[in-house]
Amino acid sequence: MEIVNKVHEHNLVAWAKDRPKVLVLSGDLTGSTEISLFKQTYPDRFVSMGMAEQNMLSWAGGLAREGFIPFLHTFAVFLYRRPLDQLQMSICYPNLPVRLVGFLPGISTPGGVTHQAIEDLSVLRGVPNLTILEVGDATDVESILDITEDIPGPVYIRMLRGQIPRLFPQSERLQLNRARVLSAGSDITLLSTGLCTEEAMRVTGILNARGVSISHLHITTLKPFTDPTVLSALAKAKHGVITMENHNIIGGLGTCAAEMMAEAGIGKPLLRVGIKDTYCQGASFPYLMRKHELDALGLVSAVEKLLDTKLDISEADLADVRIEEAASLSTEQLEAL
Amino acid sequence: MTKTHSWEQEVEAIADIIRRRVLDLTIEKQGCYLSQALSSADILATLYAKVLQLGPSEGSNIPPKFPGVPGQSGADYGFGAAYNGPQGDGYDRLLISPAHYAVAIYATLIAVGRMSPESLSQFNTDGSTLEMIGAEHSPGFELTTGSFGQALSQAGGIAMARKLRGEKGRVFVFMSDGELEEGQTWEAIQALAFHKIDNVVVCVDVNGQQVDGLTKDVMNIEPIDARIESFGGTAVKVDGHNVGEIETAINNTPHENGPLFVLAYTNTSQGIPLLDERKPHLHYVRFKNDAEEATFKQFLTDWEREAS
Repeated sequence: MEIVNKVHEHNLVAWAKDRPKVLVLSGDLTGSTEISLFKQTYPDRFVSMGMAEQNMLSWAGGLAREGFIPFLHTFAVFLYRRPLDQLQMSICYPNLPVRLVGFLPGISTPGGVTHQAIEDLSVLRGVPNLTILEVGDATDVESILDITEDIPGPVYIRMLRGQIPRLFPQSERLQLNRARVLSAGSDITLLSTGLCTEEAMRVTGILNARGVSISHLHITTLKPFTDPTVLSALAKAKHGVITMENHNIIGGLGTCAAEMMAEAGIGKPLLRVGIKDTYCQGASFPYLMRKHELDALGLVSAVEKLLDTKLDISEADLADVRIEEAASLSTEQLEAL
Repeated sequence: MTKTHSWEQEVEAIADIIRRRVLDLTIEKQGCYLSQALSSADILATLYAKVLQLGPSEGSNIPPKFPGVPGQSGADYGFGAAYNGPQGDGYDRLLISPAHYAVAIYATLIAVGRMSPESLSQFNTDGSTLEMIGAEHSPGFELTTGSFGQALSQAGGIAMARKLRGEKGRVFVFMSDGELEEGQTWEAIQALAFHKIDNVVVCVDVNGQQVDGLTKDVMNIEPIDARIESFGGTAVKVDGHNVGEIETAINNTPHENGPLFVLAYTNTSQGIPLLDERKPHLHYVRFKNDAEEATFKQFLTDWEREAS
């Protein structure tokens, strides 16, 4: 599997070249959110806002009202917890084209509870006018800025940094509100988002070999959640549906699926793999993934539960173990938590 | 009024029209944000009639009904600002921060001829844009600022954008003193100074009153001028009922490297001494009984006769 480094850092600079209205606002996390190269390349379009997120969000609203397109860069958690009122009244109510680029979603941070955006989707899905996206690989990251161009209102992105796998061919660009169909099958429909898609892909091959037929869809648009491809896959699941996300099981992908299934009258069991409505501690990503069962083995357990059978799949059976190496964050990024 | 009157007298006359209109509405509606209009009338009249460089109103003389929220209904953001005329190079902007002052803003637009007098009967009626607590669809409003302390940061973004475009014209923010209690206000002042945003002028109605009582008893914010100066802004204190002082402070105070704050110290019963006995409970004025209402009606009648 190809691993790509600092995808957003380079993509943003190339993408912004002929887009003079694009400004980048930093919340004192320039190195940590991959905007050092932007700052160096376009110093006049880089705005340092310091550690003052409420002001940064309202300020961005003002810039957007005047025709600029501000891209706010900080950790995901600092874009919605502290400044939720500003996000709503200064940006979302007037439906302004502010781009909220949130890094280290869920437990993908060693920063502990204060840095873990585990309920951002629960909070933000209820905010009108806001589009919510999440990337899962290098191709997603490379194409997500293009997606934002057609969205007149605000966009919140659960972004990835550092070393990112390329799971999807570079030519197959991300499409708004359209899932990537990774495997077709009839027993179980599996929806996954973000980093969980890579974990899920480690499992789906071997499940197939064991005779479990899985329809696996990678979801990048969490709001709106109206993709007919997803609805059709949910309807076809013989035994049930599994969702897998780096987020609380309340309010995120699992809830999106539940709502869609209930509204369409799809009466199948739904198993939600995710953080089980608990805060988490500061620790490494692999450790937390295992502890909270968001990893490949967690998915195996969910499949066993849904099918009421034992599959005898061990860690050794799983393909492409990348997570330990990739999660060892570079010193530069660890310095600025 | 004859041509021999000074501009100060003309602005003061406008301020009194604002006060009388809001008192009239308070009687008609059986309650209103009256004290805010009384304290801020001279500031608003000075801004609209003397200081602001505005083009003619682009709003309709009778305000439109609420057209829907931005985004889903196709309504645009910030269109209440049409009453302040065109935006662009050379024009000033006025951003209203304390949305509870809406009635004072509507009355000011009427007093300076930017909206028809009969518009005020729509105030706080269902489906009207003349909401009790205004938002960006309300006449005179460009932002949605009923949650306090957010306008100054947005003004920073707007003013920065205008500087990036090389545009002339100032960005005025009308604020209330209670908003100085919000942490975001200080984040904004810090950022305005850091980015050397010198095209922002903030006029603060320091009326010393908030919902629970006098500001000094609820949460002290003094010394306001020293606090602002220590954050990198320029602050000047004026008598908020002396229109000459307000105008001089706005136009003649140097502030090359950051925002200017004109701290206008005001009285919440200015023009209506009958309200003195209610102080400090003047956040929302409602008459207690028929007799009291009759007293205020008579006061208004006498005041109108005197003015004409």
